[in-house]
Amino acid sequence: MSPPARGPSAPLAAYVLALADDALVAAQRTGEWIAAAPQIEEDVALGNIALDLLGQARNLLTYAGSLQRPPRTEDDLAYLRDAEDFRNVHLVERPWAEDFGVAMARLLILSTYLEELYARLAGSTDETLAAVAAKAVKEVAYHRDHATRWVLRLGDGTEESHRRMQAALDAEWPFTEELFDDAHVDPALVADGVAVDPVTLREPVTAGLADVLSEATLPVPQATAAPGGGRQGLHTEHLAPLLAEMQGLARAHPGVTW
Amino acid sequence: MRVPTGSPGVDGSTGVTTSVDAWAVAASVLDPEVPVLTIEDLGLLRAVEEGVDGITVTITPTYSGCPAMDAIRDDILAAFGRAGRHDVRVEFVLAPAWSTDWISEQGRRRLEEFGIAPPATRVPGRVSLTLSLRCPQCGSPDTRELSRFGSTACKSLWVCNACAEPFDHFKTLR
Repeated sequence: MSPPARGPSAPLAAYVLALADDALVAAQRTGEWIAAAPQIEEDVALGNIALDLLGQARNLLTYAGSLQRPPRTEDDLAYLRDAEDFRNVHLVERPWAEDFGVAMARLLILSTYLEELYARLAGSTDETLAAVAAKAVKEVAYHRDHATRWVLRLGDGTEESHRRMQAALDAEWPFTEELFDDAHVDPALVADGVAVDPVTLREPVTAGLADVLSEATLPVPQATAAPGGGRQGLHTEHLAPLLAEMQGLARAHPGVTW
Repeated sequence: MRVPTGSPGVDGSTGVTTSVDAWAVAASVLDPEVPVLTIEDLGLLRAVEEGVDGITVTITPTYSGCPAMDAIRDDILAAFGRAGRHDVRVEFVLAPAWSTDWISEQGRRRLEEFGIAPPATRVPGRVSLTLSLRCPQCGSPDTRELSRFGSTACKSLWVCNACAEPFDHFKTLR
């Protein structure tokens, strides 16, 4: 990847790290569905979706690490940071409650947000961010389509599937608002056309979600936003165990390759 | 820089390469997941440049998380090694983002021969809709999608209603 046009920028590094951590933690959590989904096609689907997210995370982590002084590798950032150093939103770190409906509700919210985000970021004045986003936007659009089909099928399905899809949406909805938190984004990055102001995503994301829910005969949940704090390193109790599993091998055998 | 020309086929075992056939050596590398196609057929090989400090091969991934990229890099280095060249670097680029429109005609043919239905082609000035895929086993157009995700990131899983055989489809990506 090409170096940044300007010198190393701490605000840019922080912005990219937040994007990277969303993708990395979502990938790790989503991978838990492999061999646990209700049908084998969904094992494969969620495995593929996790792989796409992991690829996006690697591109973003590599870039974020290159902007840090001293520079760090993608593996340093993935394996050698503790929970309080992660900047992902709470939406992606929480467990699934062994509920496929929760997986589809969250995937719909996440992929709708990511498609709107990456579509705009593909026009970033930062060449590397634009390249990563232009590639990723095609992938998350496919994820969004997959989640949409399931939410329609379950929402507008049987009484039981409708009830459970609604319950899953109610559980995930409070974590939507944190996606639009702009406190961690330096306004200069937005002014320079480098970053996307998260606030500007609220309208298209909520409108996109409302369209799907309406077609799926599911009322939009009326939920109070969860407290958030992920962008500042304040996480739920669920992130540390996820990282312990993800980082265990790399920490037990530093520098291991295979 | 060399741009794609002619057909691949140099196996890289003929001795020291010259700048003229550096492209051919790189283009001979097979995709590890679809081993009837070269990385040139798939449109993954973007550039081969020879400078004073050696050869730089530039490749691009199909999907962000494609796990074959490391294997492809190793295979490129090995192909040049067999040709006596060890001053080779492999670089990855993301832009412009890979598209199935970059798969060559030969690549599409080889995919089909291998039992994988190729992606839709783009006809300039027209919007192409894939209404059905032709079964690569028996040729019937009476097929249906089983799963939108398949054995690798770039494929979906289909089945033929006529011959009942399942088959992979290389998903159209633009």
